[in-house]
Amino acid sequence: MATILDPTDERVPVARTVTPRSGTVRGNVALLDISKPRGNVLLDQLETRLAERLPDVTINRYAKPTFTKPAPDALRRDIRDANDFVIEALAD
Amino acid sequence: MATMLPAFSLADMAGGDRTFPTGAPALVCFVKEDCPTCNLVMPLLQAAHDAGEVPLLTAGQTVEGNRTLTERHGLTVPLLDDSTLKVSFAYDVETVPLVLLADGDGEEVDRLVGFDRAEWQEFFGNHLPGTQVDWESLPKWRPGCGSLTQDPVIAERLRAESENSPLRARKIEIAPADDVHEFLFDQGFTDGLPVVPPTPERVLRMLSGTKRDSQEVVAEIPPNYAPATVEKIAINAVLAGCKPEYLPVVIATVEAVCNKTFNIHGVNATTMGASPVVIVNGPIRERIGMNMGLGVLGQGTRANGAIGRAVRLAVRNIGGAKPGGTERSTLGNPMKFTMCFAEWEERSPWEPLHVERGFDAEDSVVTVFAMTSGPALCVDQSSRTAKQLAGSIGLSVEAAHHVRAHNAGDALLVISPEHVDTLRRDGFTKDDVREQIQKVTARPLAELASTDEAGGGISPERLAAMPEDRRNRPTPKFASKDNIHIVVAGAGAGKFTGVYHGWAGGAIGSMPVSRKIDH
Repeated sequence: MATILDPTDERVPVARTVTPRSGTVRGNVALLDISKPRGNVLLDQLETRLAERLPDVTINRYAKPTFTKPAPDALRRDIRDANDFVIEALAD
Repeated sequence: MATMLPAFSLADMAGGDRTFPTGAPALVCFVKEDCPTCNLVMPLLQAAHDAGEVPLLTAGQTVEGNRTLTERHGLTVPLLDDSTLKVSFAYDVETVPLVLLADGDGEEVDRLVGFDRAEWQEFFGNHLPGTQVDWESLPKWRPGCGSLTQDPVIAERLRAESENSPLRARKIEIAPADDVHEFLFDQGFTDGLPVVPPTPERVLRMLSGTKRDSQEVVAEIPPNYAPATVEKIAINAVLAGCKPEYLPVVIATVEAVCNKTFNIHGVNATTMGASPVVIVNGPIRERIGMNMGLGVLGQGTRANGAIGRAVRLAVRNIGGAKPGGTERSTLGNPMKFTMCFAEWEERSPWEPLHVERGFDAEDSVVTVFAMTSGPALCVDQSSRTAKQLAGSIGLSVEAAHHVRAHNAGDALLVISPEHVDTLRRDGFTKDDVREQIQKVTARPLAELASTDEAGGGISPERLAAMPEDRRNRPTPKFASKDNIHIVVAGAGAGKFTGVYHGWAGGAIGSMPVSRKIDH
C-alpha cells in the first residue's frame, strides 16, 4: 500500500474515476469468474442471454485463480488488451 | 490503579477560561451536537448543574454545535469550546456522551459512556443524590456516538499534532492493485506529465530544505484562495521533481506570484495564455546548480525545470486553477509546464536584475514576470554597433501581441553573451538599449491603423476622430522604458536575443514582483 500526501487544498474528497459509459455494448465483452462457487453458473446464463440480445458481440471467458486475492497483473492485462467491456461475477 | 485525568483549560461561550482540575470534585463531560444520545442526556447534565452538587465542565466538539445545543435545550450549564479537539484527543474519547467524575486532584472516580439508564441512575444516586430526574421517562438504553476525534482524517491530524509531526496534509492510500502514477493522473494532480509520488518520506526530506515552519502559511492562492503552507508547497515540489535545496526558491516564487501586484488569478484565467516566467538571481544560483548558460531557456537542467514546474503545480493543486476551470487560455503555452532560469550575472556588464530592483548583489532573489509568449528569437548576426543591435532587437520586439499594438504591456529580453558583447563594446547601458528600442519603434498612430490589407491596430474610425497632431505623434512600442526588462543569459556562442512578450501590463494586468529567497 503506497501512501502519498494530498497536494491540494483538500476541499474535494479523493475519488476514483470511472471510465465514461458509452451507452452501447459492442466489440468484445469479458466475463470474469472470480472463482466463487456457482459464479460460473451465473456467467453461463449471462453469456446465453448476451449472445441472444447482442449477436455481434464476442464474449471471452476468464477466471481468477482464487476469489480471495486480487486478479494477477497478467490476467488484468489480458482482459484489458482483448476487451472493450468486462462483467465480473460476484456470485455467492 | 488510579487514573489521573489530563489537565486542561477551555473557553466557555462567554470567553471565560475554565480549568481542570479545580481542587474540588468535578464532572468532565464530552458531547457533540449531532449525537442523538448527547441530546438525550443534555437535560440530565442541566439538572446536575441546577442541583449544584458538583460543578460541570462540559466540552462540546464544535462551536456551532455548542450554540445549537444551548438554544435547543435552554441550557445554562456552560459549554466549553473543544473545537480543536485537543482535549477530546488527550482524553482519548471514543464515544460521546462521556461523563467522568474526578476528585479534587483530577483522579477519575467513576465514568459513564453512552446512555444506559440503570448505570446513569446508579451514578446519579451515588454521586449526585440531590439531582432530581424522572428516570422512568427515559429510554432504557441508547448507544453513544463516535467522537469527532475518531474521524479518520481528523484523527490523523490530531495524532500528527500530538507527535509534533511537520506533516499535517491528508494522507491518501493507494491500493496495491492500483498503479501509483495512473492514480496520480486520475486524481488530477499532474500537469499532464508524470510526477514523483509525494510520499511522507519524500515530503519530510523536502522540508529539510527550509528552516520555515511546515505549517506557516506562505500565501493564499487564487481562485480558491487556499492557504499555501510550507508543507503543501513542499508536497508540490516533490511532485515536480525538486531537490530539497530548491524549496526556498519555490516558496519565494509562490509568495511572489500570489502578490496582488502580480495578479496570478488574472494570469491564469486570461484567454491570452499568460504564465509566470521565473528568474533567479544571487548566490543561490550556483549553490543549487541552476543553468544560466547553454540552452538556458530550454530543457535539461533539473533545478530550472523542477522549480518552475513546482510553482505551476502549487498554483494548480493548492489554488485550484485548472485548464477548463479558471484556466481559460485559448491556445495554451508551453511555459505553463515550467519556465524558470537564472541570470548569468557574471557575464553581464550591467547590474543584475535583482540589484536593479533594489536588492543587494549578495541577496538571492526571485523575480516573476507574466508573459504570454516566448522566447521569440531575435536573430541578428550582422549588427556590429550597439545602436544597430538595440534597434534590431526593438524591431523584433515590436511584433509582441501585434506589430500595430503599441503601449501594450511589458517585454522581457534575454540577451545572449555575444549580443551583450556588441552592446558593451560601445558602452551601451541597459537604459541605452531601452531608449533605442523606443526610438526605432516610435511610429505615428496613423501608421498603426488597421487597413484593408491587414487588420489589427487602431480602427480607422477611431483614427479619424483623433486630432491631427495626435495622429502624427510618434508613439513607441512601450508606454514607458520601465516596461522593458533585460537580463543576460545563454551560451557563449550565438548572436541571439530571446524575447518574451508580456500580458496586460500595469495596474490593470500584471506587474513584475521580486522576493528575497530565505535560504
